Amino acid sequence: MHSARREGKALVRYVARQFLLSLAVLIAVSIVGFVLLRASGDLAQRVAGAEAQAADVARIRLAYGLDKPLPVQYLEWAQRAVTGDLGRSLFFPENVSTLIAQRLPITLGLGALGLGAALLIGLPLGTLSALKPNGWFDRVVLTVAVLGQAMPPFWLGLLLIILFGLNLGWLPVSGSSGWQNLVLPTAVLAIATMPTIMRLTRSGMIDQLRADYVRTARAKGLKPVSVIVKHALRNALIPVVAIAAVQLGALVGGSVVLETVFGIQGLGYLAWESINRADYPVVQAVVLVLGGFYCLLTFVSDLLHAFLDPRLREQ
Amino acid sequence: MAVTELSASGVEADTAKAERAHAIRRWLGNSGVVIGGSLFILILLATLVGPWLVQHDPFDQSLVKRLRPPVWSGGSWEFVFGTDHLGRDYLARLLWGGRLSLLIGFCTILVAGIFGTTIGICAGYFGGRIDFAVRFFIMVRLAMPAVLIALAIAFIAGPSLHLLVMVLGLLLWDRFAVVARATTLQLRNSEFVVAARAMGCSNLMIIRRDILPNILNQLIVIATVELANAVLIAAALSFLGLGVQPPLPDWGLMIAEGKQYILFSPYLITLPGLAMMLLVLAVNLLGDGIRDVTDPEAKGR
Repeated sequence: MHSARREGKALVRYVARQFLLSLAVLIAVSIVGFVLLRASGDLAQRVAGAEAQAADVARIRLAYGLDKPLPVQYLEWAQRAVTGDLGRSLFFPENVSTLIAQRLPITLGLGALGLGAALLIGLPLGTLSALKPNGWFDRVVLTVAVLGQAMPPFWLGLLLIILFGLNLGWLPVSGSSGWQNLVLPTAVLAIATMPTIMRLTRSGMIDQLRADYVRTARAKGLKPVSVIVKHALRNALIPVVAIAAVQLGALVGGSVVLETVFGIQGLGYLAWESINRADYPVVQAVVLVLGGFYCLLTFVSDLLHAFLDPRLREQ
Repeated sequence: MAVTELSASGVEADTAKAERAHAIRRWLGNSGVVIGGSLFILILLATLVGPWLVQHDPFDQSLVKRLRPPVWSGGSWEFVFGTDHLGRDYLARLLWGGRLSLLIGFCTILVAGIFGTTIGICAGYFGGRIDFAVRFFIMVRLAMPAVLIALAIAFIAGPSLHLLVMVLGLLLWDRFAVVARATTLQLRNSEFVVAARAMGCSNLMIIRRDILPNILNQLIVIATVELANAVLIAAALSFLGLGVQPPLPDWGLMIAEGKQYILFSPYLITLPGLAMMLLVLAVNLLGDGIRDVTDPEAKGR
């Protein structure tokens, strides 16, 4: 009873600490992003365009408040960002927050689909290849994983477009009108993510299957399938859960390239368009949202970790 | 007396020779090192020597010779890999593009490696507040959407090769820092470091003579991973138009230029991607192999 309460307290303290840390990281990300966008060149000049007169550039600098000192600009922006007001786009009529609310679900959905597909394929393959390390199945799967890791995702996307879109004509080449548009990008994301998940499952399973408790369970005469799935896989999954969360963050963060290839109107595409139009309020907001999403995922993954593995809370 | 000394040193030489033979066998017995290493050397040679062997210049344009197909789909041996939309020899551009990709990759890991290793060692060696600051810094870096930031900086500052290397270098240091920190942490309280400290060696001297040589293997493995990463991200940036600029040949840029002709000349896209895949594959295999040989505990991870 007493120790249970103490453990609960430790957990609360752990959660609070991780939360504060995530918040601090997010604030730091927003500062670094803000400074990088303004320090790498003359933003007003970029907004005005290369052929703009000096007077126009000066007017834009004044109108958008780009003449103020950096800390002042940041604090004004942050003050509004806290209330959910991320400013106005220089191109779209909508608020930046509205734009992001429209585009974020598309990118998140695609990322979740890709991760889901990767888990669906990667977990069984990793488990099966761990049963006989260095057997023929293991070697084939490892080779596929190594090849999958070596392919640049945007190139793989174009290859799939050539094969399924142009040569076979099965699937649409670009756009975001129906579910068919999501098949190829999901496949690319899955192929890019699967190797990591598969390798991690495999190495985790190899360790678990060697462990004493698995040998005991086997000696007791439990069925091999139930030993593998109920005992070993459950423990091998702990690191996979942590990596899966981080991978989702990476998928969403890397959406710029893939959404451009497939013409999907998600957050990445929005960022890409906005960069090329010097629509910096949007770029700023996307950096913040992606950074926030990553922080959220690592926070959740830390929590899951702490629940699954009590030793972590003690530290 | 002289005879015994002679034979003793002979035995020593024999064991040294046997050890060396054993080490060579260990390296050559690893399929990752052999396959990845030879593929990597082959690519290095091809990009270093290749451009001098190809008779065409990668910048020579010719409107009458545009979009010639490669030799296996009805082209001539004059342009083995065909020509691009401006009539430039695709083989020459591939080889020059590889040279550029490797140059960008090596420069990037140099920048990232020096930066990441320095702060990683400091964090692991000094611990305390420095360690906390570095760990926080790593978390911030990981939470930043790297490709997006790189694109935005390249747009605002105007794309150039120097900028590309600097931006990539400052975005890819995290793994160097993580590994350097963790391994330094393990070494910090080892006997030889404590002994060196007791003898009055300065921190800088201990780091340089006792710590750095001992974490070099792990750093080399990270360097191979990051080399592959740098090549892939640089290609993605060039593909999006904010990395290497035309008319320079670069694999990512070549894929972007070939996108318009995807229907009738798909080789414009498949060939540079295949080249990139081979390079990344070679580097990854080599890295895995080096890790397996130098750190047998982590085998197969």
